[in-house]
Amino acid sequence: MRKMDVDVAVIGGGPAGLAAALAARRGGAAKVLIIERNHELGGILQQCIHHGFGLHRFKAELTGPEYAQRFINEVRETDIDVLLETMVLEVSNQRTIYAVNSREGMLEISAKAIVLAMGCRERTRGALRIPGRRPAGIFSAGTAQRYINIDGYIPGKKAVILGSGDIGLIMARRLTLEGAKVEAVVEILPYAAGLARNVVQCLEDFGIPLILQSTVIEVHGDERLEAVTIAQVDEQWKPIPGTERTIECDTLLLSVGLIPENELSNGAGVQLDPITNGPKVDDTMMTSIPGIFACGNVLHVHDLVDNVSKEAERAGSFAAQYALQQLPAAARRVKVTAGENIRYVVPHEVSLDIPVEFFMRVQKPQEDVVLDVGGLRSVKEQFVKPSEMLNITLTPEVLSQLSGDTLTVRIVSPKEAGRQ
Amino acid sequence: MIKHITCTVCPLSCEITLEIGENNEIISLTGNRCNRGKVYATKEHTAPERTLTTTVRVRGGVHPLLPVRTDQPIPKGKLKEAMLATAQLEVEAPVKMGTVIVENFLDLGVNLVASRDLERG
Ligand code: SF4
Repeated sequence: MRKMDVDVAVIGGGPAGLAAALAARRGGAAKVLIIERNHELGGILQQCIHHGFGLHRFKAELTGPEYAQRFINEVRETDIDVLLETMVLEVSNQRTIYAVNSREGMLEISAKAIVLAMGCRERTRGALRIPGRRPAGIFSAGTAQRYINIDGYIPGKKAVILGSGDIGLIMARRLTLEGAKVEAVVEILPYAAGLARNVVQCLEDFGIPLILQSTVIEVHGDERLEAVTIAQVDEQWKPIPGTERTIECDTLLLSVGLIPENELSNGAGVQLDPITNGPKVDDTMMTSIPGIFACGNVLHVHDLVDNVSKEAERAGSFAAQYALQQLPAAARRVKVTAGENIRYVVPHEVSLDIPVEFFMRVQKPQEDVVLDVGGLRSVKEQFVKPSEMLNITLTPEVLSQLSGDTLTVRIVSPKEAGRQ
Repeated sequence: MIKHITCTVCPLSCEITLEIGENNEIISLTGNRCNRGKVYATKEHTAPERTLTTTVRVRGGVHPLLPVRTDQPIPKGKLKEAMLATAQLEVEAPVKMGTVIVENFLDLGVNLVASRDLERG
């Protein structure tokens, strides 16, 4: 078995892994290694050929591959090691990584610090419990995206898309441009889950109907999908009898959410947040296991890759400090909790001595509200909704004014905020 | 005639209402919370544009397809024609990001460029 010693090992070569590795190298870690299971770097961005990435970071509307290429080119200019087509089997809580590839067999990598950057996976039909047979023609939206954009297959001629998240909307346009007919996008919520821009440019531009407060209740067909039955749902998401409608189609795409790929995190024994399904981290992006850091979609599912890069750079630079034994222990530890209309907040714990960017999502849409962080800082938000992540940065000066050992993030009315 | 346009410039997604006259001129424009919305809705009414992103076939590459884009937006009405044109194209690997695949694509004054490096495979 080949043995390696590195300062910082980054698991995953997608946007999070690339940015983390670059930051770790810049931060002074001499031996940085990226371990990627695919045959190339870039992760999911390589199949996201549409544009709209990088508005914040590069002030340009890049395609996914362009965004990835900029980071890949940067990595190539460094001495960062890259192991491709290498699958990590296990991460131990002593920071040993067991991996395997077809060239070298088993690898044992001892790392002074590890950055988890494995990204996320799609929820599947099993998780959704659509009853009916199991005909061919039912795909997750991301799988279909890979078929069309990387491998060059069109999954079908007539499609229904369940879920109006951004991937579902993007795939509606992609299928249409490639000559397939998208009969409808069906969404259980009373509003589109994805960006308004995607509703306009992916559905309205092509006259694709968006059917709200509805879901797929049955699939038909033996070998191949022949039709789906959809129905309206009530407030409890229960189908309303009498509203059923059958739509002929040979393809059903499921775009019903993403969850962090947490198998390795779990195996290492890091504490997970039951809401995000990713690890709990402190303000240095370190998990509950010393020296193991996490960032990007493995931590919580982001909607902007720009935020992934930023978060990953933070994880990478602190991982380098840890590897170099330069990461001071925090004097104070404060728990961060989700208050009114906040579903989750990352990080989960802060030390108060470094600037922190908090990322959070709300539970329900609200207008004209104030985002309040522990009464220390608040900002007006004209519109908040679960599909759009919020972020706010607090400086150590502001953080140090906190009394008590919890920091609660809340959405409040402007009146309530004024009273503080 | 009344026309509704959702502004896509920022996440606030203002619903902009346009009153359109007989000669397709804009009589009034309301609902935008800032001037960028006015600019967007005016353009969207008079000459809507979109960036095309798609793939072209590639010979001898690590993948059978190369992602491409127009380097500037093109008229929305040209998307279909543009798709048919890209379906005819084939390039040879290796390719570098930014390589011009078709210059002055469909005479629209924009280039069709490669979105990534694609090595020989
Ligand atoms: S009009 Fe202005 S505020 Fe409203 S969505 Fe457009 S850019 Fe945003």
